[in-house]
Amino acid sequence: MIRVQREDFDTGKELERLSAGDHTIGGVASFVGLVRDLGGPDQVSALSLEHYPGMTEKKLAEIEAEANRRWPLSASLVIHRYGRLEPGDRIVLVATASPHREAALAACHFLIDWLKTDAPFWKSEETPEGERWVEACAEDDAATRRWR
Amino acid sequence: MSAPVKLLYFAWLRARVGQVEEEVPLPAEVHDVAGLLDWLRGRGPNYAEALRDLSVIRVAVNQNYVGNEHPVHPGDEIAIFPPVTGG
Repeated sequence: MIRVQREDFDTGKELERLSAGDHTIGGVASFVGLVRDLGGPDQVSALSLEHYPGMTEKKLAEIEAEANRRWPLSASLVIHRYGRLEPGDRIVLVATASPHREAALAACHFLIDWLKTDAPFWKSEETPEGERWVEACAEDDAATRRWR
Repeated sequence: MSAPVKLLYFAWLRARVGQVEEEVPLPAEVHDVAGLLDWLRGRGPNYAEALRDLSVIRVAVNQNYVGNEHPVHPGDEIAIFPPVTGG
């Protein structure tokens, strides 16, 4: 399941719901992405996340379908937030459930790597000098290439 | 007169172009993404500046990532944006 939303989510409740009622599930893997305070002289007070409504949902659904093709998953969930977020806030939740841990863990890792380079989201930082757009980093591209 | 194309701009491209979206008639000489970007650069200094460095520009046609040689047609939704930074 894919959700793109402004509101926060309750990680515990989402993970419980993912495996509820399916006793063939042996494990649930999850990744929660948070707004990081980089410290230093930059004084980033908040992030703003913009996305491309329509394409975002389409790309996330494609990424999720690819994970389900590669691993035997019982359930999967991607929640990605947009809008203004402060340090410590949750940005993204990826969760996967499977009879066995290998599939759940690998699929979860795949999903977060892949969505970072394929889902059309853009971060800008609030600084005392105004808005500053975050640049894409080569490490993220390399992380995704591993799975190709 | 054929249908226009819908152009969408995101992140700093939106800020530099100064528009969120616009509908423009596709000039007869524009057949692909490279041609479209070339033509857009000629529409004003804001476009020329925003589209100066193609290495930091990504294009999606009808919500699929495409390369410079991808064809464009009247009625297409064409989004222009920097590399993505979500997650």
